[in-house]
Amino acid sequence: MVCAGTGCVSCGSLQLRERLEAELKDRGLADEVKVVITGCNGFCAEGPIMVVYPEGIFYKKLTPEDVPFLVEEHFLKGRPVQKFLYTGPIVKEKVPLLKDIPFFEHQVLRALRNRGLIDAENIDEYIARDGYAALSKVLSSMKPEEVIQEVKTSGLRGRGGAGFPTGQKWEEGRRYDSFPKFVICNGDEGDPGAFMDRSVLEADPHSVLEGITICGYAIDAHQGYVYVRAEYPLAIHRLNIAIEQARNYGLLGKDILGSGFDFDIGIYPGAGAFVCGESTALMYSLEGKRGMPRIKPPRSTEAGLWSQPTVLNNVETFANVPPILLKGGQWFASLGTEGSKGTKVFALTGTVQNVGLIEVPMGTTLRKIVFDIGGGISDKREFKAIQIGGPSGACLPSSLLDLEVDFDSLDDAGAMMGSGGLVAMNDSTCMVDTARFFTDFSVDESCGKCVPCRVGLKVMLNILNRITTGQGTMEDIDLLEQLGKHIKSSSHCGLGKSAPNPVLSTIRYFRNEYEAHIKEKRCPALVCTSLIKFRVDPEKCKMCGLCKKACPMEAITWEKKTPAVINVEKCIRCRSCIQACKFTAIE
Amino acid sequence: MEASKIDRIVRQYGARESAILAILQDIQAEEKYLPRETLEYVSQKMRIPMVHVFRIATFYNALSLKPRGRHKIDVCLGTACHVRGGDKILDKLERDLGISVGETTKDKRFTLESVHCVGCCSLGPVAVIDGDVHGRLSQEKVPGLLKDFK
Ligand SMILES: Cc1cc2nc3c(=O)[nH]c(=O)nc-3n(C[C@H](O)[C@H](O)[C@H](O)COP(=O)(O)O)c2cc1C
Ligand code: FES
Repeated sequence: MVCAGTGCVSCGSLQLRERLEAELKDRGLADEVKVVITGCNGFCAEGPIMVVYPEGIFYKKLTPEDVPFLVEEHFLKGRPVQKFLYTGPIVKEKVPLLKDIPFFEHQVLRALRNRGLIDAENIDEYIARDGYAALSKVLSSMKPEEVIQEVKTSGLRGRGGAGFPTGQKWEEGRRYDSFPKFVICNGDEGDPGAFMDRSVLEADPHSVLEGITICGYAIDAHQGYVYVRAEYPLAIHRLNIAIEQARNYGLLGKDILGSGFDFDIGIYPGAGAFVCGESTALMYSLEGKRGMPRIKPPRSTEAGLWSQPTVLNNVETFANVPPILLKGGQWFASLGTEGSKGTKVFALTGTVQNVGLIEVPMGTTLRKIVFDIGGGISDKREFKAIQIGGPSGACLPSSLLDLEVDFDSLDDAGAMMGSGGLVAMNDSTCMVDTARFFTDFSVDESCGKCVPCRVGLKVMLNILNRITTGQGTMEDIDLLEQLGKHIKSSSHCGLGKSAPNPVLSTIRYFRNEYEAHIKEKRCPALVCTSLIKFRVDPEKCKMCGLCKKACPMEAITWEKKTPAVINVEKCIRCRSCIQACKFTAIE
Repeated sequence: MEASKIDRIVRQYGARESAILAILQDIQAEEKYLPRETLEYVSQKMRIPMVHVFRIATFYNALSLKPRGRHKIDVCLGTACHVRGGDKILDKLERDLGISVGETTKDKRFTLESVHCVGCCSLGPVAVIDGDVHGRLSQEKVPGLLKDFK
């Protein structure tokens, strides 16, 4: 099994496969060993990745040049090759089996049940792992109302951000008697730092198609659409293949599995507008209009696409549907917390050791995610904050590491589940700059329809710019808080309603950093360049010369046994020297 | 763009309003941007008012009304790439190419743009050149990255 998710492909996994197949053929092993290309395995930090079954031996960071040796040792002599195995983070021992690696050990795979196990471009492999069994069961033995009841029992809540109960949404979609009705799958995934939906679509497109079709049956719709962002060409490619195969197998189209139920699915590529992830904006975009949200009600379940009843769900939500109907809502609800059932997929990125895609039960603590699965902070740095929920989310400090993550606990902490991006930040991150970064993003992506969002966010950004350049006043903090509250309460859509969260949460948890910027004109993390002096402290300087090497402008003079000096005239304030210095001697 | 090519693209999707975005994207894929005459032709062909075509063409980040260079570099400035130094990659590219983000080099070799996340966050910082993702970048890797493009 060679991983061919976007991450591993860009590290060269396709060349790896070619070489592997050629080598196996040369050695006469082509009949015994089958090379399968899978979707994202999740452990992207170690890509390109290969797993050899039946044992489940995990090889990492392979290159085509490694192949001959690997084939010789592993497949001919039957010895796992030590040097490509994973080394444990604490006890420095080789861990040959995938299931024993801590990154995988703590995960529970439901939405990602087939990851790394099937070839995403081959429907037979999906079917071999109970694929389309749920659809067949539903069409042959369940009434639409029973399907909806089962989803309600499961307690599944939408994975797109807001956590709306899926069963209830379907029930509403069924209730309105206006035809045609539509099902839409939201694969816009605009949150920066998130790639869950991308991986699901690339690794297991059929599970999403099956979920959409079941929804179609439940609400009496005959057409579905998948809206995928244009930045995800591989996902679109695999979806196209999957739809074609499903049609050939009679799993899409007219009279599915002889049940008399007709349903088809089309793909619609988005074009890079964050706000199009919002449900009403997405529907306008699908209609060929500008993707701008409208005021609800009416809800989309009453008047959605072309003003017809429409159920819109997220990719991961749909991927969760087939096992619910196959194994029952009770089974699904057996994991998770009181208000949030099942599991959640997170994209764990930023400055942790093990970046990648993970799936854990709802209610897992942040600590477990960051330290047990993520392997802790990389580069020997300290943990500072974890950003959850993308630009509508919040930065949570280390005091909240024991928070059990579910929809409600995050709400209480002033954060949001969002779509599942988790970005870990170490002590070299400035929280004011981070707040500015997200506000800048939201200003950019605001559709401009309503005033609080269009103008208010811009004002917030100006204030933040003032603070990061050392011109802020203490009143600015209050002003930010007031503005933030007003924008939240008076904006039209979810973008404005949540865009102040990064600012409000950083003020709430990292107020001291704002104060340092304002009162002391100092950026504690040395990020805001206007507040850095770019001066070498001769006391702290260990005269190693690393800063001189790092400087792209030759603005640093240094000779052996003398402290370095920065020539401020030449300096372009790029901070390369600060990052190079191991002794924090530059201030 | 020749009329026959546009006709072909329009025919493929049908002259429905809902197809406009897909049609413009296909045109852009071939032309690298949306020339004014082409938009006017599309407007007539599809019987959609020019203002509406413009409304779409100016709303989406992926669509451009300005000519672009032969190769397009998108530097990711999404959150994950930001915390791993995506802005420094952009700085370096701006310096090496002598242009600012959003601009095209004089010799039309490169257009430099920024994006918010391409979904390869675990490889951050990331840049996409002509659709290929290059991950785990550093300032030192930038010159090597550019040298193979004509
Ligand atoms: C500005 C904005 C952006 C959004 N982006 C996405 C997105 O990229 N993907 C997504 O599934 N939902 C997104 N949503 C949430 C959708 O509006 C909608 O609630 C969700 O897709 C419903 O599916 P679910 O019930 O399965 O979660 C966004 C909402 C807002 C306000
Ligand atoms: S943040 Fe850069 S690829 Fe996601």
